[in-house]
Amino acid sequence: MIPASADLMRDVLFLPEAASRQARDIDALHFWVISATMLGALAVGLTALVFLVKYRRMGDRPRPTRFIALPVKYELAMAGLLLGLFLAWWFVGYRQMIALQRAPEGALEIYVTGKQWMWKFASADGPDTVGVLVVPAARPVRLLITARDVVHSFFVPALRVKQDAIPGRYTSLSFTIDRPGSFPVYCAEYCGLSHSRMWATLVALPPEEYQRWLEGAVPPAVGEAGGNADIAGGRLGEREAISIAQRGEQQAARYGCLACHTVDGQPHIGPTWRGLFGSERVLVTGQRLVADAAYLTQSMMRPMEDLVAGYPPVMPTYQGQMEPADVAAIVEYIKSLRHDAGRAP
Amino acid sequence: MTPTTERHAGESYLGGERTLRSWLTTRDHKRIGLMFLIATSLFLFVGGLFALLLRLELLAPRETLMGPMTYNRMFTAHGVVMVWLFMIPAIPSGFGNFLLPLMIGANDVAFPRLNLASFYIYVAGAVVALFGLFMGGADTGWTFYVPYSAQTATAVVPVLIGVFILGWSSIVTGVNFIATVHTMRAKGLQWMQMPLFVWAIYGTSVIQVLATPVLGLVLLLIGMEHLFDWGIFDPRRGGDPVIFQHLFWFYSHPAVYIMVLPAMGVISEVVCAFSRKNPLSYQAIVIATVGITFFGFLAWGHHMFTAGMSTFAAGSFGILSMVVAIFSAIKVFTWTGTLYQGSISLKAPLLYVLAFLFLFVFGGMTGVAVATMSLDVHWHDTYFVVAHFHFIMVGGTLTAFLAAVHYWFPKVTGRNYPETWGVAMAVLVFIGFNVTFVPQFLLGNLGMPRRYYDYPESMQWLHVISTGGSWLLGIALLTTVLYLAWSLRHGAVATDNPWHSAGFEWRTASPPPPYNFPGSPALHRGAYDYTGQEPPEGPAALP
Ligand code: HEC
Ligand SMILES: [Cu+2]
Ligand SMILES: [Cu+2]
Repeated sequence: MIPASADLMRDVLFLPEAASRQARDIDALHFWVISATMLGALAVGLTALVFLVKYRRMGDRPRPTRFIALPVKYELAMAGLLLGLFLAWWFVGYRQMIALQRAPEGALEIYVTGKQWMWKFASADGPDTVGVLVVPAARPVRLLITARDVVHSFFVPALRVKQDAIPGRYTSLSFTIDRPGSFPVYCAEYCGLSHSRMWATLVALPPEEYQRWLEGAVPPAVGEAGGNADIAGGRLGEREAISIAQRGEQQAARYGCLACHTVDGQPHIGPTWRGLFGSERVLVTGQRLVADAAYLTQSMMRPMEDLVAGYPPVMPTYQGQMEPADVAAIVEYIKSLRHDAGRAP
Repeated sequence: MTPTTERHAGESYLGGERTLRSWLTTRDHKRIGLMFLIATSLFLFVGGLFALLLRLELLAPRETLMGPMTYNRMFTAHGVVMVWLFMIPAIPSGFGNFLLPLMIGANDVAFPRLNLASFYIYVAGAVVALFGLFMGGADTGWTFYVPYSAQTATAVVPVLIGVFILGWSSIVTGVNFIATVHTMRAKGLQWMQMPLFVWAIYGTSVIQVLATPVLGLVLLLIGMEHLFDWGIFDPRRGGDPVIFQHLFWFYSHPAVYIMVLPAMGVISEVVCAFSRKNPLSYQAIVIATVGITFFGFLAWGHHMFTAGMSTFAAGSFGILSMVVAIFSAIKVFTWTGTLYQGSISLKAPLLYVLAFLFLFVFGGMTGVAVATMSLDVHWHDTYFVVAHFHFIMVGGTLTAFLAAVHYWFPKVTGRNYPETWGVAMAVLVFIGFNVTFVPQFLLGNLGMPRRYYDYPESMQWLHVISTGGSWLLGIALLTTVLYLAWSLRHGAVATDNPWHSAGFEWRTASPPPPYNFPGSPALHRGAYDYTGQEPPEGPAALP
């Protein structure tokens, strides 16, 4: 679809601007589906109207009519055609869904925690924030989302994405915003009293400005979003004195992980954490997968689900016992121990 | 025999014993059906009043009429009342009860006492649920999602118990109707000769019997979780909140068909009667009814695309949902084709059918749209979904209910309603409905999440239009009740078959006598056979 007509459609349908490629792809399917819907309803309505006028009863005396029965096979053929159309939508939708769920290479990972009634954000090297999610434009971002108390849902209309935040689980969401800007974020899953005000702002900064943000400056776009009284809990979090990976090290000690895991490359009761991140794991089932952030959190929450080959199944579950921020910190810590990271913090 | 079942020639089920006691102890399916109709209509108004108040609050951002707590309780009450006290029982337990035996030439349902018990269970469930809604006011939404429902301080448990009890009424009625269709058909009436409304009620009953126990189970589980903190769904103790969602929708998606199948049955009857035609394909409608009944059980996951399910699972539920939609499309095609070469009389019931066709196609196709996974990611839990299911529930089921009320009004009461008013209000319902819900699709596109009592200013004017529409709809429905109530006393006395319908239920007096048919019913002429000259007024060919 040519961009101008797409913009017109967006205006007609009240869709907000689309801030990513994915969002524009989804809109294209949207236009197709919604046009077919309107045409379908009109076609049926008009056909019925035409019959109504054409075959209306004259006078009050009913007259006999002809017995007309369409053989079922014609009905089924009609249904088959329609199913073909639906399947075409399904096919496109399925591919888009896969694209939505696949984490792009080198994505910036940010941990999102929903709690009644605010959104908290933590990333490896930026400051923690509440109510404002700061990301670089034109770079893939992956959100790892969870909730502290009840189910919430992280919804960014401008990106056409939404992901439930579920206590005890980590779900993820990826996107690449193609230009700087500020976009509203809503909680879409009912979560109690102030559900209707559980808002946040997603601020996409130009790369240089994002760099300055990491170094401690507060760019105007972030300040505006943070100062906006409309935003629940709308203030910037304290800049952490220690890095998130350092905090992860402390937490790993506190939760007793280091009783079974080493960080020096030696296997102990459990596998070592050195070089774990990004490496290929072989499970007892013979399955192989790459240890990414999702795998690491999964290993903490449901250790019995993907047992690493060669170790006893003794690791306890930490589901519900760790603050999401601590989980994020430990994952960052393990990440910092990857081989290619070069040095331990 | 109780006094009500005594038979006097020419006396209707409304005559004979008229005492309150005779009504409350009746075993006549028609009286029970009528009691269900009155009770469910009453709740339609309670639920509708909540809806009007909710829309009023949404007239402007921030607090206008009520605070968030009241708002949250009220949308919960609106959902619970509309779903379990109106939509689910209205057509099956109301019209189904009244018509099923008449349409298969039986003198009652298979288990008349159980039928009465079902009504009392319904009343008990309604009282308990309403008690909960008014006293403590659950604020969980009708979906009761955990962990919120396990943690909230509001009175969830009475509402859960109320709905649990209501479920029993649904199951009992389902069992009763299944048995009735199997064992009570008039001699010689084959399955493939049954009126399509009977097929619809039969499919509905199967769903009621198979799906409702799962609802009962899951309601009990949250009750336990809430009361004793058992940790069934609590992730802190190894529970899983997503399991709840699966169990809940395993009932609640098929429940959509409990609400829609009977409506489809009504449409099949009304289209044929007012176009004086056989259905374009009787078999196609039967196949589609059975198909919906079966596939309806397999589509529940489309409510959870964003709850972290795998892409494969989402894709599977997406396809299955589209299959269900195909069966509905077959029906729409058949109804529209039935009008072809008919002798169409445009009365209020048929007007409602026209409205139904348009709204149901729009609602159904937007259903396919939200079953398309990547699109649903944006629309899920927004006003788009709200608009979609109101198109199905109000544009579909309520419209069909109104068609049924008008079509069978003479059958049930023996009087006619004023046609001009009927037509005028049907038009107003259609307009009011569209003004209310079309803007909600657009709000959903804009990103307005559901269950928000407050919203960004930029969304306001669409909300204003929607609220205006809700008043039109409210006025139309209130006027309808008024002229129907008026007709009960002052409407013209109806002949036995004022629409000259070939339907089996019209082959006896209107209103029918206590045992339905004096002597054995005359069902030789098919229920959709309009090929002959209309016999002169009166019940067809009595023996
Ligand atoms: C009682 C000993 C024990 C404790 C305490 C323990 N683990 Fe483990 N852990 C294991 C064992 C054994 C395995 C390998 C078997 C498996 O996959 O469960 C393992 C596996 C893992 C893995 C997957 C590693 C891989 O090689 O793929 C991660 C990640 C992990 N643990 C993280 C943690 C964290 C974080 C903590 C603390 C919060 C922790 N563990 C505490 C014993 C332990
Ligand atoms: Cu929320
Ligand atoms: Cu559903």
